[in-house]
Amino acid sequence: MKNLLLSVAVFSILLVSGCATIEPYDYQALKQHAPRSILVIPPINNSVEVNAPYTYLSTVTQPLAEKGYYVFPVSVIDNFLKENGLPTPVEMNSVPLEKIDEIIGADAVLYVDIQDWGQKFQVFSSVTVVKANIKLISVKTGELLWDAPIYAQHDPNSGNSGGLVGALVGAVVSQIAGELTDNTPSVARIANSQAFYSQKRGLLTGPYYQEPKK
Amino acid sequence: MNKSLLTATLLGSLLTGCATTKTQYYWGEYEQLIYQTYHTPGEATPIVQIEKLEADISKAAEAGMPIPPGLYAHLGLMYASNGNKSMALASLQKEKELYPESATFIDGLIKRSSENG
Repeated sequence: MKNLLLSVAVFSILLVSGCATIEPYDYQALKQHAPRSILVIPPINNSVEVNAPYTYLSTVTQPLAEKGYYVFPVSVIDNFLKENGLPTPVEMNSVPLEKIDEIIGADAVLYVDIQDWGQKFQVFSSVTVVKANIKLISVKTGELLWDAPIYAQHDPNSGNSGGLVGALVGAVVSQIAGELTDNTPSVARIANSQAFYSQKRGLLTGPYYQEPKK
Repeated sequence: MNKSLLTATLLGSLLTGCATTKTQYYWGEYEQLIYQTYHTPGEATPIVQIEKLEADISKAAEAGMPIPPGLYAHLGLMYASNGNKSMALASLQKEKELYPESATFIDGLIKRSSENG
């Protein structure tokens, strides 16, 4: 019993020190600009899964809002951009910041670049992968305020979709039951949580942030 | 297969259960509807979305939780798609009232839609 406790302790220390090697993020620009509102532009897709951009879009409002930011309604914005002559995410990503300032009035824009997405069929199982890069840019100056890699993979056979972090972020993973045929939204939510709540380089809280109620 | 479905459903409801105590906003169907808008639009017609979002708004009030950013504007778009101009306008105004950060965008939407008749 003692040995077990000891090994658990040693293992946790290894885990913790493993995390400690992540360099702390430089939050100077984010603190200085202190954005209140974030516009999420529909993602650029570099994966082979055509549905990836809008699936990701349906998972990103919650973590940004729970961090305390005003998030412009993603599908209203998408609809608005389409009606104004920007039919695809690639074109939407090229809107000048001055226009965003003038017409939408966002403090910051979240740009998303999807690298890999979807189910990969392997010999013994299939793994669902979500991989993207996100960056938050100041609308007034174009400066980079925050960026993060978004990554998670789910292997149904491992019986362990996210380990400790998966359990911790369970709160954010919701509505899975209706999405059994496509589990990329729940994998994306786990990936988002890991990025937004990462201790050393997560997103700082915004003006609407409230401590979670126990 | 049935067993795993049951497990997944149980897990889903457990997680959803957690979500109501740990998040600061009442999320309800909002993000699921965004997903359906793009993947299965037939299941997320404006009428269906309006019903679900209005139900979420009532449930949020019962739970004493705030409505997340964007939800009222999304509801406004659904009312507009359905031709209900007065409810569309009311929902957009509500978004602005809850979240003044949306003012530039919402005012522009209202102004342009009134110019276009």
